[in-house]
Amino acid sequence: MHSYIPATSEDKRALLSSIGIEREEDAFGDLERAGALLEGPLDLPKGRSELEVSAIVRSASNLNKPGICFIGGGAQDHAVSSVTSAITSLPSFVTAYTPYQPEISQGVLQAIFEYQSIICTLTGMDVSNASLYDGPSSVVEAASLAISAKRKSSKIVVSPTILPQSMMCLNAWALGTGNTIQVLGEKDGRCDFSGLEGALDDSAAMLIVQSPNRYGLLESFDGLADRVHEKGSLLAIYSDALSLASLRSPAEWGADLAIGDTQSLGLGLGFGGPYCGYMASRQALMRKMPGRIIGQTEDSQGRRCFVLTLQAREQHIKRERATSNICSNEALCCLATAVQSAMLGPEGMKEAFSLSYHKAHWLYERLMALGLKSMDEGFWDEFPLVFESHKKARAFQKALGMKGILVGFPAEKESSMLMVAVTEKRTREDMEAFLQAAKEAL
Amino acid sequence: MEKLLNELSINGRRAYRFPDLDVEAHKAIDPSLLRQGSLDLPQMAEVDVVRHYARLSRLAYGVDDGFYPLGSCTMKYNPKLNEALSHLEGFTELHPLADAEHSQGSLKILYETVDMLCKVTGMDQGTLQPCAGAHGEYTGLKLIRAYHLRRNDSKRSVMLIPSSAHGTNPASASVNGFETVAVASDERGLVDLKDLESKLSDNVAGIMLTNPNTLGLFELDIRRIADMVHACGGLLYYDGANMNAIMGFGRPGDMGFDVMHLNLHKTFSTPHGGGGPGSGAVLVKQALAPFLPVPVAAKGLKGYSLDWDRPQSIGKVSGFWGNFLVIVRAYAYLLSMGSDGLREASAMATINANYMARCISAFFPIAYPGLCKHEFVLSLAAFKEETGCSALDVAKALLDKGYHPPTMYFPSLVHEALMIEPTETESRETLDGFIEALKCIHDKAYSNPEELHSSPATTVIGRPDEAEAAKRAKVNWL
Ligand SMILES: Cc1ncc(COP(=O)(O)O)c(C=O)c1O
Repeated sequence: MHSYIPATSEDKRALLSSIGIEREEDAFGDLERAGALLEGPLDLPKGRSELEVSAIVRSASNLNKPGICFIGGGAQDHAVSSVTSAITSLPSFVTAYTPYQPEISQGVLQAIFEYQSIICTLTGMDVSNASLYDGPSSVVEAASLAISAKRKSSKIVVSPTILPQSMMCLNAWALGTGNTIQVLGEKDGRCDFSGLEGALDDSAAMLIVQSPNRYGLLESFDGLADRVHEKGSLLAIYSDALSLASLRSPAEWGADLAIGDTQSLGLGLGFGGPYCGYMASRQALMRKMPGRIIGQTEDSQGRRCFVLTLQAREQHIKRERATSNICSNEALCCLATAVQSAMLGPEGMKEAFSLSYHKAHWLYERLMALGLKSMDEGFWDEFPLVFESHKKARAFQKALGMKGILVGFPAEKESSMLMVAVTEKRTREDMEAFLQAAKEAL
Repeated sequence: MEKLLNELSINGRRAYRFPDLDVEAHKAIDPSLLRQGSLDLPQMAEVDVVRHYARLSRLAYGVDDGFYPLGSCTMKYNPKLNEALSHLEGFTELHPLADAEHSQGSLKILYETVDMLCKVTGMDQGTLQPCAGAHGEYTGLKLIRAYHLRRNDSKRSVMLIPSSAHGTNPASASVNGFETVAVASDERGLVDLKDLESKLSDNVAGIMLTNPNTLGLFELDIRRIADMVHACGGLLYYDGANMNAIMGFGRPGDMGFDVMHLNLHKTFSTPHGGGGPGSGAVLVKQALAPFLPVPVAAKGLKGYSLDWDRPQSIGKVSGFWGNFLVIVRAYAYLLSMGSDGLREASAMATINANYMARCISAFFPIAYPGLCKHEFVLSLAAFKEETGCSALDVAKALLDKGYHPPTMYFPSLVHEALMIEPTETESRETLDGFIEALKCIHDKAYSNPEELHSSPATTVIGRPDEAEAAKRAKVNWL
């Protein structure tokens, strides 16, 4: 018998006999009748003890060399407080599911309600949902929302400077649906809006832009919302959640939808996930939002409480007419983001923003002085190093990697650019080691 | 009730501190790019943050707190070993864009997890990029679309879906631009072959099936169905949400399925996190492999790597390589269970369900009696006629007995449905305790139905006013 299965062979015999079945195989007589019964065991090793499994997985973990992380490109090594990790390990949070039963799930419901409030504060929006899978999937959901919000639309217009992984997700989403993606031009590492009015024809439903963008550069969206609205489209702005502590919020730029990832706010790196897509909108789009939303109400005795609400949008009720197919989301990551936000508070968040900013610029200037190439200095905490070829960039990455200093390519095939991010976690010493290694590599 | 974070906030309080800036400051950012308004977030001391969440966690109910027979969700025990291993720094501190030399351990886990899942399911290749079951459906249907398009077969616009299917199935089909056509269930609770026959044409891109289906019944005609759908040029999608019923006993790949997802947060024991994160591994037969999302974890002479060179790929479905820390847990689970443990898990999940069904059928009718797999559905329609107590009332009364109730009102073809899935990780004593509680509630409905209507009475709140919630739509503290 196996450790996670309490039944003894005695139990099993007793249970079988009480259902009038002699042998275990007979409980699978239906598979046999269907001609679907597997002959022989699965082609896997036998089960292992805790000590053996632990040794195997630990040795895999030891094969990884996280190094001193200067990698950007859609995830950054921002600090995660010990409190955040401790709270997101509490068993009742970890082992619960979607709070379908509000009477015994107020803890989860309230925590997500608080997360929604924090996202609304950061983005300036009216309504936040209870998370999407990750940032790129929030781009896809935004596109989907727009197409259903505007009748007869079939086109999404997008800045070329959104993350390459978002662009790939968006193109995959369009595949076979009859919807198209039109990419605007790029100038100096930012979106060139000169062709905007032409692109926003009647078929266009939404413009999606990003700042800080895929190169880490900040973009100005001054007057953009008016131009987009003039053409009858919606505007979605994608941003890193932590960056919104100090940067102009999507609502302040006039956007209809704020999307992005909260990875920078309490989720850590984890080799790419789980992260957490956020989406927040103006009131007018509330009933078009994808995914769970938690709302406040009262019980029969007038006690304040929280429930899953506006469910008439969702797949379990609307099926093929739902606003999205999402069911399970990233709830525990919402919790992490909320706890991290409470730990940092407004001042701590702004400090993390500004420490990253100053450090990144300090390193940038010194790397430029070594003769390396980038774009301009209008970035927050991340900038690209631009090389002549993928090969040259790869050689540089390898040389730094030998010293335990990690820089990374964007999430796409064979780029000639390396993304360098500097967060509040990196010290002067780390950066001096980076500079030393860079000097030796050149 | 617990106060909200903003109600606990005191101006000037501060928890987390950073080191001072240790380099020269750069010039300030252009103010036109900066936030204009204030940032009105909670200001808290560390101890108050901790106590707030400690209190909230006591207002939550997880598998660690008790029996959670939520049908279709496979709320099995989440091993602590897997939690510990997923927190190893070699995993948590590694950036997804670290080069292959620095990420051999993670790449090995991605590669071997796909490999083991293929062996469990009888499929050939796969991706771990999808972050949940519905995301897996989305991805799998995209692959079906890409397959037909590649063959210049662009008229296939219909996805067939049994009326008993989970809501994400039609929703995923629709997000993918397919027209959904429902296939009826017959009196056995299985796919109605005549109805299926009538809906097959060369417009059909495929069919989505859960097997065992959402009634907990194995599709006896699965091979027939596969032949029929394949004969008209369609493909078969397997919603693996119910895979916990058949591991080691049957494999979707052998039944004729072309593409499928698994919910690692169900069958492979990763915790549900209050609603997520999960992982929706997608596995395919060779014919669909060229279309898999990029990159794919590969093993070569120089070790493990990420293969981006896949010209027919649909692109990406999530930012990086999937919910990696969830995948680590599933990997540890696969190693722990092995071929014998997985088979035993499905055997006991099925035996437990049949045992419960047998015992409960003495007072509540099973919607489709007979041998079930890992779950079964009660119909309380007649009970409601007699007592005025609904499935909802019974569910709420179970809260007072300390249990998480079963899934309610799904699948919709059963009236007043309660769907019970015990899983293999529960002991006979636990099952008996639940059965007794349910019997007690059943009897109470005949003697004192009012008590059921007004339940729960022992929880921190009574039934919330859901209509008011939707009407007011107060969705944040602002
Ligand atoms: C039968 C079935 N299919 C699909 C899903 C969707 O899975 P997820 O919630 O992981 O997206 C579920 C989950 O509840 C399910 O029970």
